[in-house]
Amino acid sequence: MALAHMHASGMGGIRTAGDLVARMQFSQKMRLNEAKEYVAGKLKVSVDDLVDEVVMNELRQELDISTVYAGMGEMARGIESKFRIAKLLDMEINSVQRFLRKTNWQQ
Amino acid sequence: MVVTRMGDGSFITLSKDEVRRDIEEGVADAVKRGKIEPLGADEIDHLVDICCRPQKFVSVEKGKELILSYDSGSLKITRLGIPIGMPQIMQLYERAFAADSLELAYVHYSFKPIKSIVPEEQYAVAETSLVTTAPLLYGAMPNLPLYTKPDGPCDNAAELLPAGKIDQARQAQEEAVEYAIKDMVFVSSGMYEAGADGIDFDTTGAAGDAEFYATLKATEKLREKYPDMAIEIGMAGEFVLGFHGQLEYDGVRLAGLYPHKQVKLAEKAGASVFGAVVNTNSSRSFPWNLGRAITFCKACVEAADIPVHANVGMGVGAVPLVMTPPIDCVSRTSAAMAEVGKLDGL
Repeated sequence: MALAHMHASGMGGIRTAGDLVARMQFSQKMRLNEAKEYVAGKLKVSVDDLVDEVVMNELRQELDISTVYAGMGEMARGIESKFRIAKLLDMEINSVQRFLRKTNWQQ
Repeated sequence: MVVTRMGDGSFITLSKDEVRRDIEEGVADAVKRGKIEPLGADEIDHLVDICCRPQKFVSVEKGKELILSYDSGSLKITRLGIPIGMPQIMQLYERAFAADSLELAYVHYSFKPIKSIVPEEQYAVAETSLVTTAPLLYGAMPNLPLYTKPDGPCDNAAELLPAGKIDQARQAQEEAVEYAIKDMVFVSSGMYEAGADGIDFDTTGAAGDAEFYATLKATEKLREKYPDMAIEIGMAGEFVLGFHGQLEYDGVRLAGLYPHKQVKLAEKAGASVFGAVVNTNSSRSFPWNLGRAITFCKACVEAADIPVHANVGMGVGAVPLVMTPPIDCVSRTSAAMAEVGKLDGL
């Protein structure tokens, strides 16, 4: 059923920009359109581009914020990409903050 | 003729006029029960179109996509009998299922049993947060009945009420509320400290107004403790049962509230996302259920100041009440919720 919803109406997660828009909903309580516009503005693309797998795959590679393909070990993934996403979206991500605390790392 | 289904999943055939009639009757039922505005003529036309398309699978117009969140998402793989760990299940959701957000959960999907295994669940959360990119929530049910005898310390209101012991039943629920709040705050704090982005209170209010009250109070405490925590309150049903009957939150009596009023209290408590529920009537047609569900959800979306994600799984949100929800209905619901209901997510 999750797959049916994904195909019917989902944004596409890290295939596109669904995870980024979801972050703005969950962390900033942004409504859908506001969240899409915020993310599009930060990525410097149109709102329509946010769900375009071709545009977003290339952009995510360029920004190094993870795609569904792990590649040859070159792409940032998981916590690595979340460091970049926090900076890109100008927000704090809880797991990134925890990582910084546990490594005593100063950004 | 249009091939559609009943709310129990069985196939039926209706004329296009009968589809429209059923949608209009579903809308009218929601308007009457919820005291909310009906859908407009153009919106009903849109629902008729979605129901009558001959394709097995229907999707949204490009640009109308929304965000997907999950309840007990990770358990869906466990229930298939595929024995893989939670971090790997979350990676599957992210990399193979294109999930916009992730929800990690334990098989005993309630806060009370999780309380005793918080360190083990924290390992799963911490590991998952290292290898996934999408927002990660930890989900569980408030499940107030677990605090009643013989499983818990409180008297069972469900036994006291039929015996006419109304005051004792209320006291027992109030006692259970305090235990539930402690557990929800304890477990949620543990998962947030381990690296989760937040918590999903799933099937809130399944035991009625006392359970909704406990969840609102737990949300309030967590919001005060963790200002940036993501908190999703997903409901159990469309209507808060008055099992206690007198409980209020912020001066509002909880018993009898429908989604458009539930969401205002969730906001007040500090929730980030509200999960609206509309029950599927298995004795009515899919068009009837769809018209009804969209009317309730649209009213909730219009009343809300936070994102609203409608519950659209088996037996809710017009999806038939079956273990294997048919994708002809699931996809139509999905498209209708996005295009007509204007939901922020599902």
